[in-house]
Amino acid sequence: MTRESLLDVEDLSVVFRQRGRADVRAVDGVSFSVSPGETIGLVGESGCGKSVTSLAIMGLLPKRGVRVEGRITFDGTELPALPADKLRLLRGRDLAIVFQDPMTSLNPVVPIGTQVTEVLTRHRGLGNGEAREEAADLLRRVGIPDPSRRLREYPHQLSGGMRQRALIATALACRPRLLIADEPTTALDVTIQAQILELLKTLVAESGTALILITHDLGVVAGMCDTVHVMYAGRIVERAPRHELFADPRHPYTGGLLASVPRLDQPRGARLEPIEGSPRDTIPWTSGCAFAPRCPNRIEECTPVAPDLLGDRHGLRCVNPLRSDRPETKAVPR
Amino acid sequence: MSTPTDPAVADSPKTASAGAFPDGSGVSGEPLLSVRGLKVHFPIRKGVLLQRVIGHVRAVDGVDLDVGRGMTYGLVGESGCGKSTLGKAVLRLVEPTAGTVRFNGADVGGQSPESMRRLRRHMQMIFQDPLASLNPRQSVESVLSEPLRTHGFAGNRSRRVRELLDLVGLPAGAAARYPHEFSGGQRQRVGIARAIALNPELIIADEPVSALDVSIQAQIVNLLEDLQDQLGLTYVVVAHDLAVVRHVSDVIGVMYLGALVEEAPSDELYAQPLHPYTIALMSAIPIPDPEVEERRRRILLTGDLPSPVDVPPGCRFHTRCPFRQPTRCAEESPDLREMRPGRKVACHWAEEIAAGTIRAAASAHDPTATEVGTPSS
Repeated sequence: MTRESLLDVEDLSVVFRQRGRADVRAVDGVSFSVSPGETIGLVGESGCGKSVTSLAIMGLLPKRGVRVEGRITFDGTELPALPADKLRLLRGRDLAIVFQDPMTSLNPVVPIGTQVTEVLTRHRGLGNGEAREEAADLLRRVGIPDPSRRLREYPHQLSGGMRQRALIATALACRPRLLIADEPTTALDVTIQAQILELLKTLVAESGTALILITHDLGVVAGMCDTVHVMYAGRIVERAPRHELFADPRHPYTGGLLASVPRLDQPRGARLEPIEGSPRDTIPWTSGCAFAPRCPNRIEECTPVAPDLLGDRHGLRCVNPLRSDRPETKAVPR
Repeated sequence: MSTPTDPAVADSPKTASAGAFPDGSGVSGEPLLSVRGLKVHFPIRKGVLLQRVIGHVRAVDGVDLDVGRGMTYGLVGESGCGKSTLGKAVLRLVEPTAGTVRFNGADVGGQSPESMRRLRRHMQMIFQDPLASLNPRQSVESVLSEPLRTHGFAGNRSRRVRELLDLVGLPAGAAARYPHEFSGGQRQRVGIARAIALNPELIIADEPVSALDVSIQAQIVNLLEDLQDQLGLTYVVVAHDLAVVRHVSDVIGVMYLGALVEEAPSDELYAQPLHPYTIALMSAIPIPDPEVEERRRRILLTGDLPSPVDVPPGCRFHTRCPFRQPTRCAEESPDLREMRPGRKVACHWAEEIAAGTIRAAASAHDPTATEVGTPSS
């Protein structure tokens, strides 16, 4: 990618400490970058550290009991080093995040309108009247009918899909340069999901926002992301451009994820191939590959030294990867 | 594999017609489950002392369906379409407002509480969230032996518990443990073991995998399929994930706002969806393949699901339908009619849509104008 990247995350680790218990490394040496107008995907199952990564970028993790290591650089500024008030200026204006559950991210006792205009008056210095007009316009753009009525309503009066759209409207209010969408459609029905994803695509295409999409749904990633990072137990295990990852998954975990979901467009009758065990069956990265206990390709070399993430274009953390189906296309760089 | 011998089913209503349908066609012979005109309306009350009924939530609004022995019927639809209520009404976990449910020829609605209790052993349920449906203070042994005790199981209970654990792929040592000690997938296995404890004939599975991690879902789907083969179970699978439902079901019913809008054999439904809602729903489901995703045409629905309190007049889907016609749609409610053998659809214009003479509203069909969901004017 020749474009200048907007956000660089280098060797990010997040360690949760609790008295009387061993430290938990939720994120363990994660690196990636996003450029303006680019969409990257962080994919993984619950507990793989994808949401903690996003909270670390936004500086939303609690100070006590949490240690954040590594570098997070946004447009030349080191985010973790920023004092709280400076960070607050960036957050909401240049950086925005949309969470999974719109009911817990919206304040239930404050009308929608106030929650959307708050961002506008604070960060863009608009007057109340102007902010109100702008807010109505934002709601209209995210596909909420009758916006001026909706602005007066409270979150409980809106349907789930509409709430999520209102939340996205708030996130978009200042035309952020980086948007993190953490499972933005998981709580929604598929027809509403399609609307929201379309909206995010338009946003990236029109205003050049950099988008980090966090999801467990490989289908969503397939249609949205330029580059996909697959996470397992706090580390990136495979990273590749979208077409390459889906056509030629090399890490047994990626391959296993793809084989375990039924596809609507494939003939039924074939048995699904689940991944053995559960995400609980991991070993710490310090004693080998965390996926080894569940891995069908496990060999002796998997322990006790964890493999590194190798490869520039198609990164892979595995000593015994799946065989490439398409060796001829791999040899020719596109 | 252990084939459980179960004296508890000695007085089973399983009669001469117990032969399973291996082809899953479900049309020949008497269906195991037969639902006619089923309605579940919840009253909305207002006032404190004199609670006037000011309206009804029409959660299930006239559903007919048949489920043949040994087959799997999948019920899909979005949240609020009434699919879970329908599943519960079949088991009389909610009392239907109107209509009949016949199980094995017996009218479920007309049973006395005592005979209903005896009937329930043959129809069991698997719930979505195994953590919420298992008592945290009950060990697995206790969870699994409770139905055996309640229904007077004559054999050795703890041997039956081991047998059940083996059937669902849990180690025998699991019996002494408590729900919180298991992972989500294992907990769901416990829920399944409880459901099959009394050798039921019918199992209603309400979102059996949607609370689980992706890599675990396939394990549970495979387990349900294995148990069906081993024990000759009949399933009604209620879920929102059409890809999963299609994988497990022989026949799929698509629900919208309390009613079935389409019913078809699982393979045919994907090959050619007939109802506009099914077409839109299918096109909205992401497929984990970028090549396919780029070629697909997405039909975006505008607006939200109408409230089941006031269902739109005429066709219940006409307010969001991309194929809406100026005549009939807003006035006349379409029946679920058999368009071709095995294919039922509730749309006035299904033939024309299938033939391509009626197209979706131009903007919705044009891949370059996919932002119809976000009116920008």
